[in-house]
Amino acid sequence: MIEVTNLTKRYGETVAVDDISFSVPTGQVLGFLGPNGAGKTTSVRIITCYMPPTSGTVTVDGLDVVEQSMEVRKKIGYLPESAPLYPDMDVIEYLEYILSLRGGPKSERRRRIKQVVEMCGLGEVIARGIGELSKGFRQRVGLAQAMIHNPEILVLDEPTVGLDPNQIVEIRNLIKALGRQKTVILCTHILPEVEATCDQVMIIDRGKIVANGTPETLQHSLSGKTVVNIEINQQPDTVRGPLMSIDGVEDLKTYPVNGTTRCELVCRQGFDPREAIFHKVVENRWVLLEMKQEVSSLEDVFRKLTKGGRDE
Amino acid sequence: MNNAITIFRREMRSYFNSPVAYIVITLFLLVSGYFFSSTLFVNNSADLRSLFGIAGFILMLFTPAVTMRLLAEERRAGTIEILVTLPVKDEEIVVGKFLAGFALTALSIILTFIAYLTIASLGNADFGAAFGGYLGLILMGGVYVAIGLFTSSLSPNQIIAFIVGFVIIFAFFMLDKILPFLPDALTSFFEYLSIDYHYGNISRGVIDSRDLIYYFSMIFFFLYLAVKMTQLRKWR
Repeated sequence: MIEVTNLTKRYGETVAVDDISFSVPTGQVLGFLGPNGAGKTTSVRIITCYMPPTSGTVTVDGLDVVEQSMEVRKKIGYLPESAPLYPDMDVIEYLEYILSLRGGPKSERRRRIKQVVEMCGLGEVIARGIGELSKGFRQRVGLAQAMIHNPEILVLDEPTVGLDPNQIVEIRNLIKALGRQKTVILCTHILPEVEATCDQVMIIDRGKIVANGTPETLQHSLSGKTVVNIEINQQPDTVRGPLMSIDGVEDLKTYPVNGTTRCELVCRQGFDPREAIFHKVVENRWVLLEMKQEVSSLEDVFRKLTKGGRDE
Repeated sequence: MNNAITIFRREMRSYFNSPVAYIVITLFLLVSGYFFSSTLFVNNSADLRSLFGIAGFILMLFTPAVTMRLLAEERRAGTIEILVTLPVKDEEIVVGKFLAGFALTALSIILTFIAYLTIASLGNADFGAAFGGYLGLILMGGVYVAIGLFTSSLSPNQIIAFIVGFVIIFAFFMLDKILPFLPDALTSFFEYLSIDYHYGNISRGVIDSRDLIYYFSMIFFFLYLAVKMTQLRKWR
């Protein structure tokens, strides 16, 4: 259980995190979303005892991150942004180094390293130098480092940056699997990552929390107007009038494509115009080539929340 | 303290897994050996004074090169973020790294012992003076490493660490050379602060507690500053 209360962090005049409060129950995966520079890394650095807050408190299982820092550190495994590692060490050497600084009974270290190497799929590179590993493997070594002492809490700062699509899926699956037993804080600005892995999503912008809830609630509460994309085998001027006359359609954009027309219809919230469109097409004896309703994704929610304020 | 030793071991391995340690030791032995042997037969005296004289100078350039990487590189690469969020005290990190730089420096100095064997086979060598000289040199190396480690904590840039380290060491080295230009009231104070003054005392073979206290307090002072610099992130 992580409890953050009225957390503020200032760097001189700049306010990086502005009076935020939230909690992460044990066993949950929290997606910590925000554009770059929103205050994600700062918050995470305070939770992991890298630096203290300017004001406010953070407790991990009731332990204060400033007063009982050493105890808190034992509970947390932390993968900082871009997985910083020592390029001059071998993978196995590095994991042994981190585990010996983590402490714990010597007799169990071998076994634990073996487990983690297996979980992170590092078997084939174990004796290689970290400097010669691909970005994907380095990221996995970073993850192995974070979970080497079997911590209750994992804090991962942008763990999939710079990976290819296959590697991203692998890392996400690993995080999902870990999330079944552990509390995980996952920082990211990649939205599908959150939709794929998290129980709870928190969006932060310019140091403030702008949304907090499950991925579904966020989508529902913030979904805006319905958007339908269609393609018709007519000229734009021909279709414009009839389509605009459909009840509920508020705006229409048309793009001519090779003799056909792509249209984007924006409709009132909660209004589904697809049936009406179909009838209109039949009535005019046009041919409907494509029709698709856009569901407002977390991505839209995110964009709305973090960009809207900027236009003011 | 176990953690300091773990960190010390890693740093040593990193020195010896890369060319750093070998280049540094070879250069140190070559340069000090050259200056030692080129005047040995001219002076026609079985002592190590020329070696100790030049070694003090070489160390000024040599130790900042050994230490510049220790903390600066951790900050540049971001590995410091993992290191300081482990259940390890900042003091343990600094001490572990100091020990590694100090061990490499002391090792290079001790390897020049071959010079003592040379003069001992040629004439009547004074072991006491040689021992004092080596002790002084190693302690001086310790102070230099502490200064170098402190300057390595200043920024993520190794070049800055090297240059600032060299300048500070050079300043402490030169303190007793400017004494004639100082008002009388300040001379004894500046003399006491000078690295070379204490080195001169010890290398005569006189081991005085005042000199030892000087060396240890200098090492402690700069390590303390290095810890404080690493903790700058903790400013609210």
